[in-house]
Amino acid sequence: MTGFRLFTAFYTLLRRDLLMAFRHRGELANPLLFFVLVVSLFPLALGPDSRTLAPLAPGVIWVAALLASMLSLEGLFRSDFDDGALEQLLLSPHPVAVLVFAKVLAHWLITGVPLIVLAPLLGVLLHLPQPGMPALMLSLLLGTPVLSLVGSIGVALTVGVRRGGLLLSLLILPLYVPVLIFAASAVGDAAHGLQVGAQLTFLAAMLVLALRLAPIATGAALRISVG
Amino acid sequence: MWTFIHRLASPKHFYHLAGRMIPWFAWGCALLMVAGLIGGLWFAPPDYQQGDGFRIIYVHVPAAWMSLFIYAVMAGASAVGIIWKIKMADIIAACSAPIGASFTFLALVTGSLWGKPMWGTYWVWDARLTSELILLFLYLGYMGLQAAIEDRQNAARASAVLALVGVINLPIIHYSVVWWNTLHQGATVSVFGKDDIATSMLIPLLLMGLAFTLFYATIVLMRARTAVLEQERRSQWVRELIKSL
Repeated sequence: MTGFRLFTAFYTLLRRDLLMAFRHRGELANPLLFFVLVVSLFPLALGPDSRTLAPLAPGVIWVAALLASMLSLEGLFRSDFDDGALEQLLLSPHPVAVLVFAKVLAHWLITGVPLIVLAPLLGVLLHLPQPGMPALMLSLLLGTPVLSLVGSIGVALTVGVRRGGLLLSLLILPLYVPVLIFAASAVGDAAHGLQVGAQLTFLAAMLVLALRLAPIATGAALRISVG
Repeated sequence: MWTFIHRLASPKHFYHLAGRMIPWFAWGCALLMVAGLIGGLWFAPPDYQQGDGFRIIYVHVPAAWMSLFIYAVMAGASAVGIIWKIKMADIIAACSAPIGASFTFLALVTGSLWGKPMWGTYWVWDARLTSELILLFLYLGYMGLQAAIEDRQNAARASAVLALVGVINLPIIHYSVVWWNTLHQGATVSVFGKDDIATSMLIPLLLMGLAFTLFYATIVLMRARTAVLEQERRSQWVRELIKSL
């Protein structure tokens, strides 16, 4: 019975967050536009030569995805914190970690998945060689949930802080380093036609670790921030 | 043992005990540092490859050790503070961060100064340098969070969560950086190489390491004493202390 109720709570929260996101469709596109804009700035700065752009493509796309994910995360708990819904969540009888996971999952479905779909297009813009495309999508599929999960800890810690945006980047960008390293190297190696199973396995391992631990830390951080 | 820990956790006893310990640590640090520097700069022979240039390790290596050690202390104190809600542990963690950041910065600066004559460049994206740089960012993030939250207790608990997240991530970051680096270039220059370091070089290094540890102990106790006075300024014993001055 409790398991069933927990699932209902999880599902309700997930549905609510998705619904709220679709009611504000304008905001939905912002992280994506940011992602596309940042990536298209690079050819303007580095020159249109495909020989310059192709080796840089994996890193550029991944750094842009990372920044887009971080910027969109900033609002993860903001409105709930402002209108008191967050307090109600923490008061509910269900484990906070599960509820946090529902919110992070909703956020990832809204911002992470479109990023993955859009990424090959940006790969084409930057002349990423064809064999790199599947690795790009796979690495984003495994990597962006880690970004959302780890980032949610930082967001939960800074939700009560005024102008927490810059602080948030200082807190979570160092923690993003392993994901960036493995993901960008997977895409780069795949573009050269090398095997990338090792990198992707590492990303999957990080995802498993983050799935298990990050919601707990985020829950603890929310309890502190809400007080 | 338990009564000792309980007494240590009380700010008043900590204040007095730390006051008595500081001179010992300070003198120990001064003696060891003098001995280490004489041994390192005078008695240790020049390295057969690096000449006298290697002598910077007597500052660089202990600083790098301390940067990791202090992060571990910080995380340990944070865990104690968050689990048992001991105020002194929060204070120790908060007071350690700037010292750790300074040691990390010192390790980076001395590393790049050493890199210029040895590698021909001030900065190499060497695995150790890179993870040290990220460690500096972790320290700065910790300090930033501490400064951003006004309520003292909330600041302590939030930054404790961050320190614990950081300590889980540090090995992951370190090994991914090592892995990333080995992809790009071959073996990194290692001070210790394959052969063991000569004893006449090693002893001053260990002395310096101990001296740096005592230096940290001295400074963290001094900072913690000040923090205790500030936090407990409304309590009876602090008022009496100030009156008696």
